[in-house]
Amino acid sequence: MFDPHKIREDFPILKRKVNNHPLIYFDNAATSQKPRQVIEAIKDFYENHNANVHRAVHTLSQEASELYENAHEEVAKFINAEGMEETIFVRGTTEAINLVAYSWGLRNLKKGDEVVVSLMEHHSNIVPWEILASINGFSLRYVGVNNDGTLNYEDFENKISKRTKIVCFSHVSNVTGVVNDVKRIVKIAHEYGALALADGAQSVPHLPVNAKDLDIDFLAFSGHKMLGPTGIGCLYGKRELLEKMAPYHGGGEMIREVSYDPKKKRCSISWNDLPWKFEAGTPNVEGGVGLMAAIKYLKKLSMENVKAHECALTEYAMRRLEECKKVKIYGPKNPSVKCGIIPFNVEGLSSHDVALFLDNYGIMVRSGFHCAQPLHQIFKLNSSTRASFYIYNTREEIDQFVEVLKEIEQV
Amino acid sequence: MVAIEDYVARIEETCGAEKDFIVLFKYDKKDEAIAKILEKAKKEKAISTIIFELTFKNVSFRLYGTGKAIFRDLKDKNALQSILTELLL
Repeated sequence: MFDPHKIREDFPILKRKVNNHPLIYFDNAATSQKPRQVIEAIKDFYENHNANVHRAVHTLSQEASELYENAHEEVAKFINAEGMEETIFVRGTTEAINLVAYSWGLRNLKKGDEVVVSLMEHHSNIVPWEILASINGFSLRYVGVNNDGTLNYEDFENKISKRTKIVCFSHVSNVTGVVNDVKRIVKIAHEYGALALADGAQSVPHLPVNAKDLDIDFLAFSGHKMLGPTGIGCLYGKRELLEKMAPYHGGGEMIREVSYDPKKKRCSISWNDLPWKFEAGTPNVEGGVGLMAAIKYLKKLSMENVKAHECALTEYAMRRLEECKKVKIYGPKNPSVKCGIIPFNVEGLSSHDVALFLDNYGIMVRSGFHCAQPLHQIFKLNSSTRASFYIYNTREEIDQFVEVLKEIEQV
Repeated sequence: MVAIEDYVARIEETCGAEKDFIVLFKYDKKDEAIAKILEKAKKEKAISTIIFELTFKNVSFRLYGTGKAIFRDLKDKNALQSILTELLL
């Protein structure tokens, strides 16, 4: 296990005060803070290696290309993909899911087909499928959630059928922190001949994730939630699937050849190799470099330790929150089935009031639907307050959080 | 001429079923804005100088010493603009 107090020294922002109080950052499910190592890697890129990547012969471009390719390799190793061909860099989880929807879904889903989606999803794993369903005419089947926020596997087995072409679900819920049994879902999906897509936005930053072992077909995640910069994320896809898929963004970088046929008066196009086929235009090189630094940082800590630290914090926070009589926590009571996310409300107050009150004391939490309105409908909630932890959070911060919540209860 | 934009940095419609509005006052004008609001609105409750539970013309809202306010149950943004105009100008 690592010492979070020591880790905090790497994060410049954690030294600042907010509203005259030391910053307590509990909004990690929205985005994580960045260590000096990531900030410096980006600075070093711009100060020493900046150039556009690929298809240039000069030294700087060669250096930038190498860094960008190394970043793909680093990501591939981190999730145990077969190689960088299986890791497509995108802006984030949302773009990764849209890539699958439009590159694969647009050409493979038709009337009579079904897509199975869970009701605990972030909107980014609902909206692209709803848009596509309205274009292609396939059906969406939503899998229910139990009262404790866990996935209703029985309902999943009832909803999946031979008509199902893909099942889409989060590895970890961004509202409750519930960890879904990916292996079980993937196995069932494959038995029906369907593909499986996991939204890994809340899992890849917090748990060891092994794409090959999970046998997942697509895995989407964001760099900014795992210490990396914003605007960079990854779509993992099995190579054989990605090879069959056509890109949905066209432009430079993603082609091998564009040749004009004067007879046909058209251009014929051949695609570049993976992963570049799906990365049209000048890519986010700096983002890739930052993400690589972030992964190196996490690997040094070991993802097993990251998971253990967050589980211990969650367990401690849930125990301490029992002291707050007006605080109601949603989701499973057993911390071992979830990641470091705690959704709650304070009786008589809106989630926004709670978040503003905590902000007074320098404590940053999120309030609202957290882009998961259907799940809030199931819980019959107008909104919720969400505290989410990461590697640099401490028990002392949770103590302070609980003390402020006790004050809020007096309002 | 003074306008509410002189005091207000941003207005956020809250995410959630409540549809409340959060007003964030400009940092260098927040104390002035708070003083003006406290002068005009009725104080229902106060927790030292940190939080004030206020009402103004049947609209209830909470004002924070950090320069933020949450307005509840307003019809729309126009209703908020007119309340802010009366409170700040």
